[in-house]
Amino acid sequence: MSAISRDDVSHLAKLARIEIPETELDHYAAQLGAILDAVDQIASAPTDGVPAMSHPVPMTNVFRADVPAESLSAPEALSGAPAVEDDRFRVPRILDEE
Amino acid sequence: MAEKVMPFDEAITKFDPVIGLEVHVELGTKTKMFCGCSTEFGAAPNTHVCPVCLGLPGALPALNEIGVESAIRIGLALNCQIATWCRFARKNYFYPDMPKNFQTSQYDEPICFEGFLDVEVDTDEGRRTFRIDIERAHMEEDTGKNSHMGGATGRIHGADYSLVDYNRAGIPLIEIVTKPIEGVGKYAPEVAKAYVAALRDILRNLGVSDVKMEQGSLRCDVNLSLRDTPESELGTRSETKNVNSLRSVERSVRYEITRQAARLTDGQRVVQETRHWHEDTGVTTSGRSKSDAEDYRYFPEPDLLPIAPDTAWVEKLRSELPENPAIRRSRLAAEWDISDFDMQTLVNSDALDLVEASIAAGVDSAAARKWWTGELARLANEQEVELSALAITHQHLVDIEQLISTGALNDKLARQAIEGVLAGEGSIAEVVAKRSLAVVSDDGPLLAAIDEALAADPSIAEKIQSGKLAAAGAVVGAVMKATRGQADAARVRELLFERLGVSE
Amino acid sequence: MSDLIRLTAADLAQKLAAKEVSAVEVTTAHLARIDQVDTAVHAFLHVDREGALASAKAIDERRVNGEVLPVLAGVPLGLKDIVATKGVPTTCGSKILEGWKPPYDATVTTKLREAGIIILGKTNMDEFAMGSSTEHSAYGTTHNPWDLSRIPGGSGGGSSACIAAFEAPLAIGTDTGGSIRQPAAVTGTVGVKPTYGGVSRYGIVALASSLDQVGPCGRNVLDTALLHSVIAGYDPMDSTSINSPVPDVVAAAKLGDIKGMTIGVVKEISGEGFQTGVKQRFEEAVALLESLGANVVEVSCPNFPYALAAYYLILPSECSSNLAKFDGMRFGLRAGDDGNHSVEQVMSLTRAAGFGAEVTRRIILGTYALSAGYYDAYYGQAQKVRTLIAQDFAKAFAQVDVLISPTAPTTAFKIGEKLDDPLAMYLNDVATIPLNLAGLPGMSLPIGLAPEDGLPVGLQIMAPAMADDRLYNVGAALERALLSQWGAPLLSNAPELAGA
Repeated sequence: MSAISRDDVSHLAKLARIEIPETELDHYAAQLGAILDAVDQIASAPTDGVPAMSHPVPMTNVFRADVPAESLSAPEALSGAPAVEDDRFRVPRILDEE
Repeated sequence: MAEKVMPFDEAITKFDPVIGLEVHVELGTKTKMFCGCSTEFGAAPNTHVCPVCLGLPGALPALNEIGVESAIRIGLALNCQIATWCRFARKNYFYPDMPKNFQTSQYDEPICFEGFLDVEVDTDEGRRTFRIDIERAHMEEDTGKNSHMGGATGRIHGADYSLVDYNRAGIPLIEIVTKPIEGVGKYAPEVAKAYVAALRDILRNLGVSDVKMEQGSLRCDVNLSLRDTPESELGTRSETKNVNSLRSVERSVRYEITRQAARLTDGQRVVQETRHWHEDTGVTTSGRSKSDAEDYRYFPEPDLLPIAPDTAWVEKLRSELPENPAIRRSRLAAEWDISDFDMQTLVNSDALDLVEASIAAGVDSAAARKWWTGELARLANEQEVELSALAITHQHLVDIEQLISTGALNDKLARQAIEGVLAGEGSIAEVVAKRSLAVVSDDGPLLAAIDEALAADPSIAEKIQSGKLAAAGAVVGAVMKATRGQADAARVRELLFERLGVSE
Repeated sequence: MSDLIRLTAADLAQKLAAKEVSAVEVTTAHLARIDQVDTAVHAFLHVDREGALASAKAIDERRVNGEVLPVLAGVPLGLKDIVATKGVPTTCGSKILEGWKPPYDATVTTKLREAGIIILGKTNMDEFAMGSSTEHSAYGTTHNPWDLSRIPGGSGGGSSACIAAFEAPLAIGTDTGGSIRQPAAVTGTVGVKPTYGGVSRYGIVALASSLDQVGPCGRNVLDTALLHSVIAGYDPMDSTSINSPVPDVVAAAKLGDIKGMTIGVVKEISGEGFQTGVKQRFEEAVALLESLGANVVEVSCPNFPYALAAYYLILPSECSSNLAKFDGMRFGLRAGDDGNHSVEQVMSLTRAAGFGAEVTRRIILGTYALSAGYYDAYYGQAQKVRTLIAQDFAKAFAQVDVLISPTAPTTAFKIGEKLDDPLAMYLNDVATIPLNLAGLPGMSLPIGLAPEDGLPVGLQIMAPAMADDRLYNVGAALERALLSQWGAPLLSNAPELAGA
């Protein structure tokens, strides 16, 4: 269950949009493999019939009224942007159609 | 390069189509789904944004109450079950119009599920009802808007870079997904169109969205697959996007049937992919291959708590639902004793509500329909305003009809009265008085005008006396003109025939 | 002047209120201290000299005008660099946010400002709060004031170190798996992780959303309580925020009476495999608690051994999603945008250039744990183990009022010692993690120095949800007893720092 190959790492890096050099794939695979080995023991935890916990706070129905609040100004919104044009965020060319 | 297609009639004999429709509705809430930024259309770029919808580090979502309420109301209107407990989930993928690079949506716990919508379609056997089963309706958020720059067409291909405006990011969306729609045969295109039209109707009626397909507040993705027979397993489906009108829905279904049929007949497989509809050329072209689809790595959204609508709230919303528009139309058509066609005319001219209200105010049903689809529609068009924005009230119509029924006004004079009201000259009574609008009830001036008209053209008298009664029209017209429309046309005709010793 | 830095926050507050000293004087003294020692300690990533002095001046003016100010007005503080501060750099210890100035304040920041607290600057941390030593900061590690060749703990090493180095009497940290408590333990200071939902997370850069919590750090229990009461409370901007009154932690810190309380020692994290000196000090503290009138029993939390594994599946999963926004499009670093690379490539190059190895490791791990086919076995299973842990706590708290354990298995280790072994690093959190999984509050306070190395040892107190005050009550009692044993606060044993 825990063996993770360099191809796996390469695929995951693509999904996560982080460029990992070829030379480091094996290193990551080894480290991740070790971690996965360590966490594998979780499989033996007595979880039959136990519900998953997604929120530690037992609340529901937390809503906000549909009332306008202050927005940022365009300069504020764009203040940290690496590239700006026409009050919009300029981003490199997109290859893939959505 | 154009793909091969098979004629529709042939395709439909060889294969059984199965459709699936995914509709996204942009809600008309005042604020976004997870923050208080305004949703108003047309603002300057990046002025309706905040740390939350911009996806800035540290920001957290806060759920819009009306977003949830709208989702439940939509589900109820579509005969869905409402979840007693559900959560949001993160749909993880990277794209520049996604501020967080995940969309807050719902995965295996939609707030509404297992519903249906009945739609009517004209078939060879007459009007037939198809029940469209609805799988789910769930809440999610819209993305920002990319503008592709540098390329020739403004489309992605060939663009050098893009500019992103996040005003739209975070606007509430409800996604409504049908179960596979089977057993429609050759009516697949019509059924698809009818479904989207009916859905649009219901949503507009609920007041949850302005559902304008051309503006993107109602978006439709069309899924289609073919199989040999209704008993065969489902075939591979394609998904078509950029379907921006009802017409496109119908045409794209039709096209995909012809395209897939050609492929299958040629021994080729249908590729599971996303395609793009082109309304101008009437074809779909290949987009992203769906088999390469991202693994979205869904998990429950930890920053938002579960939603557990209690029965009391759901039932209150159910009790406040407006009548289903199709059912209302049938009911009114029966009450007013008009045909489906006439009812459709009312709907198409946005006159239905107005007619109903006029009738409630006391106007006769036929008269109300006549006014709202006739002269008032013309005036609204002329003024370039919506019919409902025209400054004519139901009381005005009541007054006018009253005067017509006593013979004090005829149709032509009534229209002049309306003109006067719109010009700000006062109420119907005031305009009638000011302009001295009255049907001429004294025969004297009428006879004088008739004689004048006959004298002007002696051939008319001859024609009428020799049996060409239609020639009377010219005389009536001349008299109406001479009396500035204040003559009663029927009476003029009567007097004319009397004068000439002709019987009708 | 230099005495000002040795005063507790409570004492400073008193002097400020009595106008015996001005906020500007207090701030100046602490800035001078930072100038003296921070080259060696490196607790701060950014010192906001101008901002701090301006705030101090404003506080003084208001006091001169006769205004009655909040208790801590004029008291200085170090803010972990994961907290958004408008117009002030917020890096999260990462290159990907180098120079980023948020256009908004975190709710906690606003509360601090409204309380008149002087924010001296932003403190160092492991990159995106991932670590137990602060060595993963992209801006160099912080050094433990007790021994500069050792780590100050992590991820909030900067906050705890700045207190231990007397650069500020108060600090704010965040705790996802122990990042406030463990640094507190190894620097001989106090650190508290409040109940999950007790303090607003709005404006705190998210690591693992269902585990993160913001908390107060101080040199003693009362100071920490004073800060806790400033930052805690309901915030509508944070949907997970608890809409209930804040427990009266200050009253509890002043009380310190544990007679008749039942205290449980958690068998599974009570020192088995821990450093000898750590175990020893812990056992002595247990004896002390008993002498103060508490009834100490052993309790078993049989699922705790699974906590570490669950944590190292949940955290990477949530952080892989939370860190997706760092893509070079809207803020922060952008790399590789040479006009040829596509947006996908620029995102990948940016993240490769901006993220360190530990962050990358956890993102990849998290992506794996959530991916199709693995979800049930990893993330799904871990979420169920969470329920088991919560059930263990519930059963335990049915028998006892609070639980205790040593905070960390070892004292401060040498810089570089565990850097190449991620698993060894993760083991530092074995005692602190269960609390985060269950969303419960916990405190670490100093209980002495380990005999073998003379380095601080911390004891962890754990309480049920919204019973944060119990932490302060027990902590205050223990602290008072220890103080009378030692004659002086533990920190007075810390070596004088170079330049001082």
